[in-house]
Amino acid sequence: MTILTRLIAPTFAVVCLAGGVAAQSADPAVDAAIKARHAHMDLLAYNLGTLGGMAQDKIPYDATLASAAAANLAALSHMDWTSYWVAGSEAGMAEGSRALPAIWTGMEDFHAKQMAMATAADAMAAAAGTDLDALKAAMGPLGGACGDCHKTYRQPNN
Amino acid sequence: MQEPDIGTCALTARGWISAGLVGAAVVAAGLYVTRPVPLAANTLDGLTGDATAGAIVFAASGCASCHLAPGVDSGPAPALPGGRKFASPFGTFVAPNISQDTEAGIGGWTDVQIASAVLRGVGAGGEHLYPAFPYTSYGKADLQDVVNLIAYLRTLPADPTPSQPHELAFPFNVRASLGGWKLLFDRSDWVVTGDLTDQQQRGRYLVEALGHCAECHTPRNALGGLDRDRWLSGAPNPSGPGRIPNITSGNLTWSEGEIAEYLSSGFTPEFDTAGGSMAEVVKNTAQLTDADRAAIAAYLKIVPAVTNP
Ligand code: HEC
Ligand code: HEC
Ligand code: HEC
Repeated sequence: MTILTRLIAPTFAVVCLAGGVAAQSADPAVDAAIKARHAHMDLLAYNLGTLGGMAQDKIPYDATLASAAAANLAALSHMDWTSYWVAGSEAGMAEGSRALPAIWTGMEDFHAKQMAMATAADAMAAAAGTDLDALKAAMGPLGGACGDCHKTYRQPNN
Repeated sequence: MQEPDIGTCALTARGWISAGLVGAAVVAAGLYVTRPVPLAANTLDGLTGDATAGAIVFAASGCASCHLAPGVDSGPAPALPGGRKFASPFGTFVAPNISQDTEAGIGGWTDVQIASAVLRGVGAGGEHLYPAFPYTSYGKADLQDVVNLIAYLRTLPADPTPSQPHELAFPFNVRASLGGWKLLFDRSDWVVTGDLTDQQQRGRYLVEALGHCAECHTPRNALGGLDRDRWLSGAPNPSGPGRIPNITSGNLTWSEGEIAEYLSSGFTPEFDTAGGSMAEVVKNTAQLTDADRAAIAAYLKIVPAVTNP
């Protein structure tokens, strides 16, 4: 050890980072709820991908296809999610969950964020069939609405 | 998991006394070697700041992500009253007020004082600042960029909200002990070296200096310093469970275009969106030029692949 390390080691080395608690769940209802909300999120991402592919000029603009994807997104956004967030299914408690405990303590705000997405998805549904410029303009707010919820309520991957 | 170093605690009583005598001398010498060294008064002479260019430096450096009020989203001409909290193994840091208020903020600081804080981690009173403020990254910033940044900060509103104290236990609340830490970990050389194209060099500057991406994406050693051998290879999430992802060339398989898109819109190639603290980072990188986002992507593609853990 160098003199400097000796100087500061006693000051800083006494820290032991807490280890992660092994996450596991035995409750089938918890596992089913996690599976269901992942499936729901994946459907959102899938339909958003169709619109995003057009917005990023990766696939050609097609008004019919765009309208269908946007209508799906709007429908998915308005669905009642309440039963997905069962007690004991938060990240750290259940395998595969990235849902932060803050959802359970802030259910009202969580719901408001879902409704903000629904509003952005409705705007996309109105715009997607019009033309590519309208679709592109609706893309930012919609992606922003997904991100606003993921920022506060989803933990990074394990 | 890091094992705490208990070797230093296992000394006998007699050992403690002699260690104490030697220690006192070493500490006195150490405190001199490790005293805060602000920039010389004439460092910025001859440089003129451009506030418009400074707004981009401000975005690239993510100052707002820490110094905005809690829960407030960034907008034009943000107030920077501080108050956001950052948990760490050493305690909780609270970002201070860096608005132009002359009492509560840094309105009364000279340009050299602000530059000393950003580049050297030295406060206006000549004290060491905690590296929760990522000056170890900013220390590599160009002086002209810093002068532009300061010109921009001067255009922002004053906010009278007083700064709150950090919540740190002894010994972490002793600022003098930071000098040794700085000597060990405050390094001015680049991590990724070799023959870099102009674009890769620009990307390196944006990632290693201004963007301080490593502060989240690189694991730390037992003393809280960044582990440069495992650069950008992912780390535990400081604000809760989960991990900050590995973004070395081995793990991040997205194309350069896809990385640039993520830094612009937050969309992954699968149309998931950036979450957690990265959502805030994307709000900043979205304000950069396409060329700068492409440069960051080009740099990430040459970061040596490291598997971690
Ligand atoms: C109201 C909050 C909220 C909104 C709005 C939201 N998400 Fe999510 N999303 C979550 C949460 C919470 C998780 C983590 C769930 C878990 O792991 O149990 C998640 C997870 C995901 C995942 C990962 C799913 C998996 O299989 O692991 C994807 C993809 C995703 N969201 C896409 C989207 C897209 C696209 C949108 C916008 C169209 C969106 N989400 C809007 C809260 C939200
Ligand atoms: C404040 C902490 C923080 C900083 C600073 C930060 N990141 Fe991130 N980054 C994260 C987190 C957390 C995630 C995971 C996001 C999620 O869960 O959706 C992430 C994800 C990413 C990803 C996606 C990786 C993947 O496989 O999904 C990339 C690329 C990335 N960051 C690049 C950067 C770059 C470039 C910078 C610097 C300009 C940066 N990050 C700065 C926290 C940070
Ligand atoms: C990751 C969070 C973070 C980021 C990003 C950040 N800061 Fe800070 N900053 C802090 C913390 C925490 C402190 C308190 C340090 C201390 O008390 O020693 C601080 C302190 C300061 C100080 C000293 C204030 C005082 O009263 O002593 C200044 C000036 C400052 N920051 C400016 C900036 C600027 C300019 C940027 C962008 C270039 C920036 N900060 C980016 C967290 C951050």
